[in-house]
Amino acid sequence: MAFDLDTFVWLLRNVLFPLAVPVVLLTGVPVAVWLERRGAAFMQDRVGPNRITIFGLRNAGLLQPIADALKLLIKEDFIPARADRFLFFLAPACSMIPALLTFMVIPFGDTLAIGKYEIPLQVADLNAGILFIFAVASLGVYGVVLGGWSPNNKYSLLGGLRSSAQMISYEISMGLSIIGVLILFESVRLNDIVRGQGHLLFGFLPQWGIVVQPLGFLLFFVAALAETNRIPFDLPEAEAEIVAGYHLEYSSFKFSMFFMAEYVNMLVVCGVITCLFLGGWQIPWLPTEDLSALVGPLATAVLQVGVFVFKLWFLMWLFVWIRWTLPRFRYDQLMGLGWRVMFPLALVNLCVTATVPFLLGAYEKWPK
Amino acid sequence: MADDLLKKLQAKFPGELTAAAVFRGEETVTVARERLLDVARFLYGLPGCEFRLLEDLCGVDLLTHPDRRSRFEAVYHLYSLSGERRLRLKVPLEEDDATLPTTIGIWKAADWFEREAFDQYGLRFEGHPFLHRILNHEEFQGHPLRKDYPIKKRQKLTRPTYYDWGGGKEPTPIGAAAEEPPAEDAEWTVINFGPAHPTMHGTLRVLAKIQGETLLEAVPEIGYLHRGFEKTSETLTYQQVIPLTDRLNYVSAMMNNVGYVRAVEKLLGLEVPPRAQMIRVIVCELSRIIDHLVCIGANLVDLGALTPFWYCFRDREYVYDLFEAVCGARLTTSYTRIGSHAHDLPEGWVERCRQVVLERLPRSIEETEKLITHNRIFMDRTRGVGVVSAEDALNYGFTGPCLRASGVPFDLRVAEPYYGYEKFDFEIPVGDNGDTYDRYLVRMEEMRQSLRILEQALDGIPEGPHKVEDRRVVLPEKEQVYTKFGSLVRHVKLVVDGILPPRGEVYSATEAANGVLGYYIVSDGTKNPYRVKVRPPCFAIYQALPQLTRGVMIADLIAIVGSLNIIAGELDR
Repeated sequence: MAFDLDTFVWLLRNVLFPLAVPVVLLTGVPVAVWLERRGAAFMQDRVGPNRITIFGLRNAGLLQPIADALKLLIKEDFIPARADRFLFFLAPACSMIPALLTFMVIPFGDTLAIGKYEIPLQVADLNAGILFIFAVASLGVYGVVLGGWSPNNKYSLLGGLRSSAQMISYEISMGLSIIGVLILFESVRLNDIVRGQGHLLFGFLPQWGIVVQPLGFLLFFVAALAETNRIPFDLPEAEAEIVAGYHLEYSSFKFSMFFMAEYVNMLVVCGVITCLFLGGWQIPWLPTEDLSALVGPLATAVLQVGVFVFKLWFLMWLFVWIRWTLPRFRYDQLMGLGWRVMFPLALVNLCVTATVPFLLGAYEKWPK
Repeated sequence: MADDLLKKLQAKFPGELTAAAVFRGEETVTVARERLLDVARFLYGLPGCEFRLLEDLCGVDLLTHPDRRSRFEAVYHLYSLSGERRLRLKVPLEEDDATLPTTIGIWKAADWFEREAFDQYGLRFEGHPFLHRILNHEEFQGHPLRKDYPIKKRQKLTRPTYYDWGGGKEPTPIGAAAEEPPAEDAEWTVINFGPAHPTMHGTLRVLAKIQGETLLEAVPEIGYLHRGFEKTSETLTYQQVIPLTDRLNYVSAMMNNVGYVRAVEKLLGLEVPPRAQMIRVIVCELSRIIDHLVCIGANLVDLGALTPFWYCFRDREYVYDLFEAVCGARLTTSYTRIGSHAHDLPEGWVERCRQVVLERLPRSIEETEKLITHNRIFMDRTRGVGVVSAEDALNYGFTGPCLRASGVPFDLRVAEPYYGYEKFDFEIPVGDNGDTYDRYLVRMEEMRQSLRILEQALDGIPEGPHKVEDRRVVLPEKEQVYTKFGSLVRHVKLVVDGILPPRGEVYSATEAANGVLGYYIVSDGTKNPYRVKVRPPCFAIYQALPQLTRGVMIADLIAIVGSLNIIAGELDR
């Protein structure tokens, strides 16, 4: 087979992207951990990790997470005597794999058109993108539930129970809160939703999800915190109550799988929020065509990916900020918030979104 | 007034109060065990002077005491808030029949104190619902604080303690090798918090019977840090006990130092000079602030808020710097001496302290306040959680912030001022509901009031000696020891022979960070204390945990334990 441009593009789309995206994503984990730890230190008037050097160079502690990961790898891999060994092994994989899979459908740039080639800047441009994310992400709870059940430990079990109840409760609000977005942008394909957010409202306001669906954004954001087990919703692992919850008995690589899955989940969730509510790769007031004409298609792609990454990390910072500000809910308060506040609000939001623009006749005038 | 009370008692129980003695202004009434309950009830309901607070209850073994009248004595220390006065009640007991009625029906506080007296001395309290060992292990043989128990005797105790929860009865300790599993169809399970658990600060252990997330019953199991402080003290000289007191409440070691030496000084009939008093007030108030900072910080971290924890701990370090400058140690200070201090305040210390008081500590308090006090999640987590009524709190022997949060404005700094506290302008904050949130608020406000006291104290610190001029008690200056023969001899004699207080007994209470810290010291006239009993504030408070936590959720248990500020060092001694 001759190596021509066709083959290269094919390789790019079908081999390089699927391989590179998880790798980049996993590289994001140490950065996220660094952001978390340094961010925490910054807020808590501390220094944070800064001792790791490479060739005598301080790097603001950026290599600390890698050193931690290496340390974890050489720890003893402990399996409790009365554990269900198969499920005990399965659980970390169950949390890691869905976390990685979901990122595959997130677009991080507009379709790159160079000559006759069209390269979508995402691994899989599924027509059911957001549904795929929900379907796969909800499998992640099995990792937590199995991790809680298999080691035969009461604390773990409580963590697993809390987690399953919490995930189910918040997944409903989460699902309902995005339906408004889906209605307005008439698609479940993520790239279409992002493109739809490139239009301007009233001629000046970027038509981002957060602008047209503020309540939906708020609900989704809170549910996302809950789904990723972040404070104030970190009950499944509440170290003060149930020690470490579902990953109490895990050590070494299995623990780091859980740990990484948590951060990958955060990155994914931030990616999804970016796509649905923050305009994804859209640069406000600069549609792809204008930008392309200005700086060329390749630079456009780079800029758009950059903007996407910036928005994603801004949200990550928001997550870190919230974690180090708030205390933790109690179990019944968490359930109360999910079912009595967020679920009805999501329903109201859905009804309003579905009826009001239609009644006002605004729907026909909607810029598409 | 003093005679009045004794007269009333004599009139009510003619000929039955075998002795009514006064030593160092403390009144002691000895009563036979048959009339104990009557006398106790009479005192509890005495109009105008109701003895509602059972501050301390302990045993004393008089085996080798020169004034021996009976083998044992059960000693009750009562306090009346309305009359602002104390009374000591003694019940003589013989070895072959060391039984007496329980007073739980009058003061719930007696519960654990009676268990302790049973554990340490083998006094049997008839009618006590759960008379099991408390500080020592269930397998332990003998009663360690009896004088005929050799201090060097060792026992190997290996089996963990679990509880038999069956049949709806009170949970009973069993020294089983493994936890008794509940029946297959039981709708509850037992979960073990501690002694190694992130929230069981120190080595607390709570056995919890849970149903899902709901706590059916929680039983605190204590004694993991029991190291025989009281027994050890009996073999040391009065000065040598001071370093041990650091380890009682290691969060505010200074207050233990001060509390102990104050008791010994009372025994000796000494009063330290004004400068020494002011120094003690300053280090005590600094300790109170850092103790509250630790309590609040730890409580918040248990609730998931890590950031305010750091704000609390950050500025605590500045106080430790001050302590280090004063005595060379940060945590285990051992600063005070009997009638004296290790050193006078170093030069420039007052200025440094003023800077910390004016700049550092208020910042901590403000930042925590801003982050937490009106935080909705925090309020939801703490309001209405762990409520204890004023009456219950007093009955359980609550003192300090936990009692004041329930609305009882009882503070020894005001009720029986010592070290010139009456000259300071400060207020006693009280709560309304007695819940976890109020305990937090009271501690926050107490820190501000302590800052007020500190400002006044630093401005008004007098010049003069920081030690009493008493050759029997205070070591001579080092310079003189090296240059004058008389001083050298005096130094050697004081170190070898120790301080020789008169025969007698005193109970001295100070307002420590977490409540009334009492020291009961019995002297037989020798250089070693005959009996040292510490009344740790959290011992009385912690016994209310089962009632405070019945039916709450697991997360509430954590919030409640944190807000009670239980320090294992003084709890287990």
